[in-house]
Amino acid sequence: MMRKGVCILGLLAIVMVATLLLSAGSPGSSANTAEPASAEVKVDNFSFGPATLTVAVGTTVTWTNRDDIPHTVVSTDKAFKSKVLDTDEKFSFTFSKAGTYPYFCSIHPKMTGSVVVQ
Amino acid sequence: MAKRKKDEILHDYNNDGVDRRGFLKCMAWAGTGALCVMEGGILKSYSLSRLGEISAREMAGELSFVQISDSHMGFNKPANPDVAGTLKAAVQKINGLSKSPEFMLHTGDISHLSKPEEFDTVDQILKSASAKDVFFVPGEHDVLNDDGKSYLERYGKNAKGAGWYSFDKKGVHFIGLVNVMNLKAGGLGTLGHEQLEWIEDDVQHLKSSTPIVVFAHIPLWSVYPEWGWGTEDSAQALAYLKKFGSVTVLNGHIHQIMQKVEGNVTFHTAASTAFPQPQPGKADSPGPMKVPAEQLKNVLGITDVNYVQGRNALAVVDSTLA
Repeated sequence: MMRKGVCILGLLAIVMVATLLLSAGSPGSSANTAEPASAEVKVDNFSFGPATLTVAVGTTVTWTNRDDIPHTVVSTDKAFKSKVLDTDEKFSFTFSKAGTYPYFCSIHPKMTGSVVVQ
Repeated sequence: MAKRKKDEILHDYNNDGVDRRGFLKCMAWAGTGALCVMEGGILKSYSLSRLGEISAREMAGELSFVQISDSHMGFNKPANPDVAGTLKAAVQKINGLSKSPEFMLHTGDISHLSKPEEFDTVDQILKSASAKDVFFVPGEHDVLNDDGKSYLERYGKNAKGAGWYSFDKKGVHFIGLVNVMNLKAGGLGTLGHEQLEWIEDDVQHLKSSTPIVVFAHIPLWSVYPEWGWGTEDSAQALAYLKKFGSVTVLNGHIHQIMQKVEGNVTFHTAASTAFPQPQPGKADSPGPMKVPAEQLKNVLGITDVNYVQGRNALAVVDSTLA
């Protein structure tokens, strides 16, 4: 009984520390709208995940290609354009203005996604 | 992962209304390329993986050539860690033909990452083929970094626009098209206005009895649009070819053999010399398909085309593959 209580306390502590660490990543934002200053998009199975990503202004988004086939990350509105990303290669872009940024893979244009910057 | 099936007939999975009488779609999974033989107005296509079953008489015709595709030189993932080795194996198959083909067509994705050394390796391996002339069209992997400039410098010296061109061999008019440039978000392969106008002009002076062979990387028919396996404006290109009794369309891109006959047009896609891809919709994505090492060479290919003059309508004899 005592051991179980300690375990639950320990888990709570881990969750609290993790929450604090996540909040610390976005200075200036209030506790309720805490957004990390960085976000990830996985390029996997010929798709972007998440297909729609919502981030705060100033967030750096990093795309990582997990496929055995090269892909690109190209803004439909020409806001950003990666070089060709081979397996495990990354591309990052920092969104400094609010707006919706649709993008696609210029090699496999059926692959589309968007970043919503608020 | 999709299971490999032999000689599977596909259904009309994309509801495009093409699964009707007079329609043939056939898929098979083996081979290292295709020998195309034209004889008496009939273009026959044989997988080089079943050379032993093709008689010398079948391989005879006015014109024979070989299609290879999707070499992806530079690819080194588990689906095939030795794409140079499998391309060399394809060349050995070509060199094993009793009658040397007139030339080769390479329907794109010569390289995996458009690197000069990848193109160099392919050029070097193809030099050992019995057919000396190779006619290329680019795949999307060949034009990755510079809008296709380095591709054009190497392969497109006599080409128009992004690398399209035509030539004549023994009365057959060949048209090499580029449908991998300026792809739009959410879209398919694209030929574009300039190329379409060129096609119209290119065939204007030809007699309707002239056999036409069109080759391009992405299929010019709607194989599986959900995976981008089609070309947005191919219908316009085919409309310019309506007057011809015999039109054959050869494509790559999908790393598997499929054939379809639609009116005066016969569509073929060739296997890859590098790695197989799943059947349409039979996997989460069209990525490289890993098969047991001992099976790999059974799912790679080259295509032989044999052209025979004499009939208006073109028929294609599909060779099922072992």
